[in-house]
Amino acid sequence: MRASGAAMSIGKLGRSAVGESAFRMEARGVSKVFGAHRALDHVDFGLLPGEVHALLGENGAGKSTLIKILTGAYQPDGGEILVDGAPVVLNSPLHAQTFGIGTVYQEVNLLPNRSVAENLFLGHQPTRFGLVDRRRMERESRGLLARYGLDIDPGSELGLHSVAVQQIVAIARAVQLSGKVLILDEPTASLDRDEVRRLFEVIANLKREGLAIVFITHFLDQVFALADRVTILRNGKLVDTCRLDALTRTELVRKMLGKDISFSGSTSLKTERPTTEVLLNFENFGRRRSVRPFNLTVHKGEVIGVAGLLGSGRTEMARIMFGIDPADEGRATMKGAPVGLRSATEAIALGFGFCPEDRKADGILGELSVRENIVIALQGKLGWFRALNRDEQLDLAGQFGEAMDIRAASLDMPVKLLSGGNQQKVILARWLATDPAFLILDEPTRGIDVGAHAEIVRTINRLRDDGMALLVISSEIDEVVAYSSRVVVMRDREMVAELRGEDINPGVIVQAIATHGETAHHEAAT
Amino acid sequence: MNRMALRNVVNTQTVALVGVLLLNWVLFPGFFRIEWQDGRLFGSLIDVLNRGAPVAILAIGMTPVIATKGVDLSVGAVMAMAGAVAASLVVAGYPAWIAVSGALALGLACGIWNGILVALLDIQPIIATLVLMVAGRGIAQLVTEGSIVTFSDPTLVFIGTGSFLGFPMPVVIAFALMVLVTLAVRKTAIGLFIEAVGVNRSAATLAGIRSRLLLIVVYSISGLCAATAGIIVAGDIRGADANNAGLWLELDAILAAVIGGASLLGGRFSIPMSVVGALIIQAMNTGILVSGFPPEFNLVVKAGMITLILMIQSPLAGHILGWFGRGKRGAA
Amino acid sequence: MHFNKFVLAAGIAAALSSSAMAADMTVGFSQIGSESGWRAAETSVTKQQAETRGINLKFADAQQKQENQIKAIRGFIAQGVDAILVAPVVATGWDDVLTEAKDAKIPVVLLDRGIDGPEDLYLTSVASDQVKEGAVAGGWLVETVKDKPCKVVELQGTVGSTPAINRKKGFEQAIAGHSNITIIRSQTGDFTRSKGKEVMEGFLKAENGGKDICAVYAHNDDMAVGAIQAIKDAGLKPGKDILVVSIDGVPDIFAAMVAGEANATVELTPNMAGPAFDALAAFKKDGTVPPKFIITESKLYTPADDPKGEYERRKGLGY
Repeated sequence: MRASGAAMSIGKLGRSAVGESAFRMEARGVSKVFGAHRALDHVDFGLLPGEVHALLGENGAGKSTLIKILTGAYQPDGGEILVDGAPVVLNSPLHAQTFGIGTVYQEVNLLPNRSVAENLFLGHQPTRFGLVDRRRMERESRGLLARYGLDIDPGSELGLHSVAVQQIVAIARAVQLSGKVLILDEPTASLDRDEVRRLFEVIANLKREGLAIVFITHFLDQVFALADRVTILRNGKLVDTCRLDALTRTELVRKMLGKDISFSGSTSLKTERPTTEVLLNFENFGRRRSVRPFNLTVHKGEVIGVAGLLGSGRTEMARIMFGIDPADEGRATMKGAPVGLRSATEAIALGFGFCPEDRKADGILGELSVRENIVIALQGKLGWFRALNRDEQLDLAGQFGEAMDIRAASLDMPVKLLSGGNQQKVILARWLATDPAFLILDEPTRGIDVGAHAEIVRTINRLRDDGMALLVISSEIDEVVAYSSRVVVMRDREMVAELRGEDINPGVIVQAIATHGETAHHEAAT
Repeated sequence: MNRMALRNVVNTQTVALVGVLLLNWVLFPGFFRIEWQDGRLFGSLIDVLNRGAPVAILAIGMTPVIATKGVDLSVGAVMAMAGAVAASLVVAGYPAWIAVSGALALGLACGIWNGILVALLDIQPIIATLVLMVAGRGIAQLVTEGSIVTFSDPTLVFIGTGSFLGFPMPVVIAFALMVLVTLAVRKTAIGLFIEAVGVNRSAATLAGIRSRLLLIVVYSISGLCAATAGIIVAGDIRGADANNAGLWLELDAILAAVIGGASLLGGRFSIPMSVVGALIIQAMNTGILVSGFPPEFNLVVKAGMITLILMIQSPLAGHILGWFGRGKRGAA
Repeated sequence: MHFNKFVLAAGIAAALSSSAMAADMTVGFSQIGSESGWRAAETSVTKQQAETRGINLKFADAQQKQENQIKAIRGFIAQGVDAILVAPVVATGWDDVLTEAKDAKIPVVLLDRGIDGPEDLYLTSVASDQVKEGAVAGGWLVETVKDKPCKVVELQGTVGSTPAINRKKGFEQAIAGHSNITIIRSQTGDFTRSKGKEVMEGFLKAENGGKDICAVYAHNDDMAVGAIQAIKDAGLKPGKDILVVSIDGVPDIFAAMVAGEANATVELTPNMAGPAFDALAAFKKDGTVPPKFIITESKLYTPADDPKGEYERRKGLGY
């Protein structure tokens, strides 16, 4: 295929080095201004057929703005867009589709209560005598899905399948409708390891077929595993476009941040400081059909890491501890005194805090301001009638916003306008404002950019040093190793290991997760 | 608070109200004329306030409900029931205070019932309150046996038609309720909690808000407001008309809250602005009456005006106006 | 027949008609529901009428639903009643069930409202003449004001409803040719007391505080009662400063008449069943086929017609 040949022949970056017609899609000097804020500043971006092109950048770097311009959701204020060398004006994502440009978002934008086939063909169903030809639609769907390695019933409801399958269905739909350019906006953020692997196979196949693919992610491993070239943006400006085989991980991160970050890989940063003061003790604590009874002692000033696959019971354990789904077995004591933990309100009154895994569904109050999002838990603790007035709220939000380095134009702007990383910091600030003794963090670094990631890891270490007890659930094993003084491993809704000292290393953890772990794998993948 | 008050004075709602009033004035030059008569203010503007009071009171209760991402369809039926109970009690010889307390207690009970269905049984609000919307009117008809229960109890009549400092009692009651409920939600944390639950109930609960209790309280306030409106409407016509009292007023109350800036998806709310919304609706009704339009045009004129107001308030219009104003700030 | 004194009249009627004939008659009555006071009164008068005639009445309340009425009628047919009274909630969709009744040789009498369907499906229909009601009200006004100029405000019923259209039409016919009487404002009060009051308030403001209004014509008494309150609130005397004429004859308008606040009402009698039973009795006795449309009387009541007595007579009927 000509496309892959072209990809091979491209030496380095930049459109000047390349014949213009080589780009399947190109943005030349595009700018976008929101009020006084220049979100994109003369950015060039070229996409070759048959390549996976990663788009990287910190919060506010301009990634999503560029994507919205490429898909027609925004109109650029300057510069031009070319498809196959010809200038085009893209009025809307639907219009962009007619030029062969399709997009798949992190949150699958399909109809979960309709069948897989209907989702694939929605808007262009095959018809017979003016009616939808369901049988033909399902037959064609089966063929289409097979090309993506999916053996599922096209007549089944989409929502019954895992997020990964839904994602692949979304890709199949986008490719079928568009066919030239596929933009994947954080497609792996809510997938587990197996699902990511499966998705990568699909993407690699599409690449071989000559599709030009833009890939946006926060996972550097995935960038190196999948992408051919990378474009890095910072503060709305183009930093560089280069081939990945000519780049080390450190160089890439430096380009993104414009500085070296203080944590990397599995180098252990934690200071082993064993504490003896017991804060909490969970004895035979469990809940039917949720998590088998477990024993866990939590000391002041320690981070307990929780490792395990999706569905292993790690989140369920957190929910039981926090009283959301109260335990129906065992008992919990705090500083020796029995505690009930029958509701979140009760747990919070005892000094617990909980950053949930699903930030959007369970964490942020999207329409409310950054200020209100930060004070809400403290206000909840104070009750209905001891209201914090506006000035007190601003003080608190300012103080904890600063401590977490939240980047918001104003404390009164809706929190939903912040980036994922900043939203996560807001939720952390919310709990820090309550001065908690025990903080549970469920996947605190998922789906956020490198800078915010480092910030949160630093915060975890700082809080631990200040004497707080933390329970951190994460699927980033390197990360767990980096900050945990103890690691508990969950498998099949059961606590299967408690690792200390030398045992806290990726090898041992992976082994603990993996032993007899096949069932969990299957559950998570299908 | 001051900054908020300032921001709230000039906005689309007040501009729309002034616009409708001015339009009425163009159609009927005597619209703004107010006289002092028999110890009370008398004029079309007072009519707008007085006739708008029941819907305003419903909207005061409806707005927090809508802010929790709920809706209370039962308020019209609760009005009918409250009126029926109050009227039947005075006709049966009970003193007015018992009749009023009985009606309010009934409103409270209805609110708690709705709240339990929504908060504890997790029934969708539109369905949960539909139960009482349908059954409530039937209960009211049972109480009145299908007829208008006429009474002449001076206290009840005073609540509906009396005056205080020259203002009709319904206006005084609506204003007092507006101030009371606004202070109750804004001087405590309840307002913030209502918005938090409306925006994201799960997140609010995880942040330690007792969302179930909050929902029951919010629906109870709505029930109490509806009962108050029911007593006023009965007092106004000196009779409880179970068939017609409060009929379709739940929709006017929802509309008032929406004109007042509340979103049916929950979140931000302003009780004073909902009251302004109720007055906008009533200003249109009164304007139609004094302007002399044939009645066949009533609904068309009303629908047209409301569409216009909602269009002006729509996000798209906000964006368009935004371009002319300070420009738009957005996320990158 | 004097329907105004229907209790007495019914007694006489019962005495006159062959009681042996009536006593073994079983009649099913499918009522719409109890959406208004008048409807409730019709129900209680019908029961009274049946009782005084010794008729065994089977009553079914349809709660405003045609499907319930059809069910009730089928039930009556299955029970083998001698006749069926129906106050149809809507005009269409009766052909099937009335054909079933016809096949079972059970005569059907329509009360109060008509249907769109073949006339042979029912024995007769008893109803008032709404145009005439409006005309009687208008005629009263013409006679009362004579040659003096009179500006009238009109409180219409629900927009587009048949009684509103007909009562408006009748009134306009009656005042046609009397150029001294003009309708200056007309708005809908939805047949309710509170809307009647609200609309009247608007009229009073719009017409120089009510000083320019000579009379108010309301399509029903409930709206008139509301309007009376509005007139009083405006500092005027209803019945004197502004004449009040309306239609229906509910107890509260007689109470207003006693207080001198209402001037005239045209009765819509709730006794539709009396003439229906009479027609049925005659039909059963010797096959006398009644006229297809029995029109009830539209009687005018003024303060001269013992309003206090009329009030007392009506107040127990469920208005």
